[in-house]
Amino acid sequence: MVAGIVSYGGYVPRYRITPKEIGNVWGVDGEAMGRSLGINAKSVPSPDEDVITISVEAARECLRKVDVAPTDIGAIYVGSESHPYAVKPTATVVAEAIGSTPVMTAADFEFACKAGTAAIQACMGLTLSDMIKYGMAVGSDTSQGAPGDALEFSASAGGAALLIGKENLIAEINQTVSYTTDTPDFWRREGQQYPSHGGRFTGEPAYFKHVMSCAKLLMDKAGSKPEDYNYAVFHQPNGKFPVKVGRTLGFDDKQLDAGMLVRSIGNTYSGAVLLGLCSILDRAVPGDRIFMVGYGSGAGSDAFDITVTSGIKKLKRAQTIEEMTKDAKFLDYGTYAKFRGKIRMRGD
Amino acid sequence: MRGVAIIGVGETQFGELWDRSFRDLGIEAGLKAIEDAHIRAEDIDALYIGNMSAGKFIEQEHVSAIVADYAGLADSHLPTTRVEGGGACGALALLQAYAAIASGLHDIVVVGGAEKMTDVGEVKAAEILSATADQEWETVFGATFPALYAIMARRHMYEYGTTREQLAAVAVKNHRHGALNPVAQYQKEITLETVMNAGMVADPLGVFDCAPLSDGAAAIVMCAADRARKFCETPVELIASGQASDTIALHDRRDLTTMDATVVAGKRAFHRAGLTPADVDVAEVHDNFTITEIMAIEDLRFVKKGQGGPATEQGVTALNSKISVNTSGGLKARGQPLGATGVAQAIEIVRQLRGEGGKRQVTDAEVGLTHTLGGTGATAVVHIFRRVR
Repeated sequence: MVAGIVSYGGYVPRYRITPKEIGNVWGVDGEAMGRSLGINAKSVPSPDEDVITISVEAARECLRKVDVAPTDIGAIYVGSESHPYAVKPTATVVAEAIGSTPVMTAADFEFACKAGTAAIQACMGLTLSDMIKYGMAVGSDTSQGAPGDALEFSASAGGAALLIGKENLIAEINQTVSYTTDTPDFWRREGQQYPSHGGRFTGEPAYFKHVMSCAKLLMDKAGSKPEDYNYAVFHQPNGKFPVKVGRTLGFDDKQLDAGMLVRSIGNTYSGAVLLGLCSILDRAVPGDRIFMVGYGSGAGSDAFDITVTSGIKKLKRAQTIEEMTKDAKFLDYGTYAKFRGKIRMRGD
Repeated sequence: MRGVAIIGVGETQFGELWDRSFRDLGIEAGLKAIEDAHIRAEDIDALYIGNMSAGKFIEQEHVSAIVADYAGLADSHLPTTRVEGGGACGALALLQAYAAIASGLHDIVVVGGAEKMTDVGEVKAAEILSATADQEWETVFGATFPALYAIMARRHMYEYGTTREQLAAVAVKNHRHGALNPVAQYQKEITLETVMNAGMVADPLGVFDCAPLSDGAAAIVMCAADRARKFCETPVELIASGQASDTIALHDRRDLTTMDATVVAGKRAFHRAGLTPADVDVAEVHDNFTITEIMAIEDLRFVKKGQGGPATEQGVTALNSKISVNTSGGLKARGQPLGATGVAQAIEIVRQLRGEGGKRQVTDAEVGLTHTLGGTGATAVVHIFRRVR
């Protein structure tokens, strides 16, 4: 018996800002910055959106596609590094909003950008051990970039929810492996508004080492090769890293393109690899095999080998991720700064 | 004074070595130099370490004792001394060792230079670098190291018509040389356009006009020249050194486009060596910024004052041209782990004079020179080396 994906749903805020607009304010060539990062625009949450609302939107999108009783969801885990509260869970609000309470368990996860994939693994364990029928894993963020920091060009908002179970699968998770070390490449301490990062240290010894090692571990365990997969999706802090890692492993751009949302919406952190997966599932057909590797700073990777089943054809039609990303409204920096709480307003 | 020879050299890879510690780097370079010299631990009389700012970079002072300890030399109770003089500290450590041997105080001395710069963020690293300028009169008012060198570059452009392209030509040349150096931080050629279009740091100096932050270590074994053949088939003699100082603050200088410390250190070294700039075949000069190399080749009298830019643009200082300058890639491409710089420069000259320059070998190199600066030119050290026949 394998665990797998029963349904999925994503949510991307409508607002966008371009690297050019950000660059104008800071006196740098934002267009060149965008080109070098491989980012054309990033999503921006509206003032009324946070990780709770984004997670609820994603969870509702997920349930809209299937006839699953919310009370059959025995666990909801929300992975994020921008939970609105330091103490008080996001997951309980999500659970209440979709009607899964009270006979269930819920918790918030944090592992930089990979808390969502960690939640998938936890849900797999609970369903495979028959402790619950379904579990919901959410990865969602309204990530922070300090004004003027390089992060400001990429840190965006979005989230996705996966319903995990053993029955009525639209995709089977054949294997999952993780690779974890203590590598301090990116951090934010309690009470700090913006994260700190180690510049180029976030690349080679952090992202690349963990994603590459985990990807190879998965292929070893699954006995698979890059050409066995129809799609591959990697955590995407920018448009360059996942392409480099994919090409190095032997994947081609055709396998990578469907999951590369970073180009149009930026880095949605905990949402990134899950939204990429959702976008792939939007177009997948039975038999398609998907290679997915998440990454979280600090640092670790979770990798998944997924095969799409015929169940995907039974899903109800909903808005696709592509439709969501195309439904965009562009902001100027001033409005963006207001939306993101970067300027102090009356009453602050 | 008796003659002094270099009988062994060793260095680490230069670059952002995140998985290596200061101790680790120092020991690797030291052991390589000792192996190269074919000496035993008990042969060593003293150790001099060039290190600029371990206290700020890794919060560890007293690094001279640490390097000896971690090299397994604690039981020998060697005299170990750390030498500091801004970015010139490695070259100054070499000078201390040279004086100690020349005077007869010691026979065999190991000189090391090391810096671990990437354990702190870039902003902190820039602050540490700037601390070699005048804290009270320059940096406290916001002058950064690149800004001070940019002032020199601007004035040089004004006085002599030096162009942005001529500055860029230094970076292009040194990257071309660095591409031939297996320990260089950047082993990649770059184009003039890349330098010209790079982001601005301090007008007119862009990102590619600046040497990087680096980790690395370098070590040299020196001994009395009359004993050199016992250890080494191809000893290289350190025939003369010159050291000079100048005002710590740039605004107190006589001339913004000339580093008088370089001029005087060069004159002293050439006088002691009985040589002229025309005798030098290969030189490693301080190029923490592109303008610095242009001023150095002028102040060392390799070219006329004001001609540094055109000379570089015309290839006068390229590998195997009139004088081969920064064949290692210089601070720009080999990297600039501050304490290691002066020692690494000397190693490049030793390799060239031994004929071990590989793809970047200067043909028939007989005489070589190193030039190392502290701060914005408040300290300058020049060493002159000759192949022993």
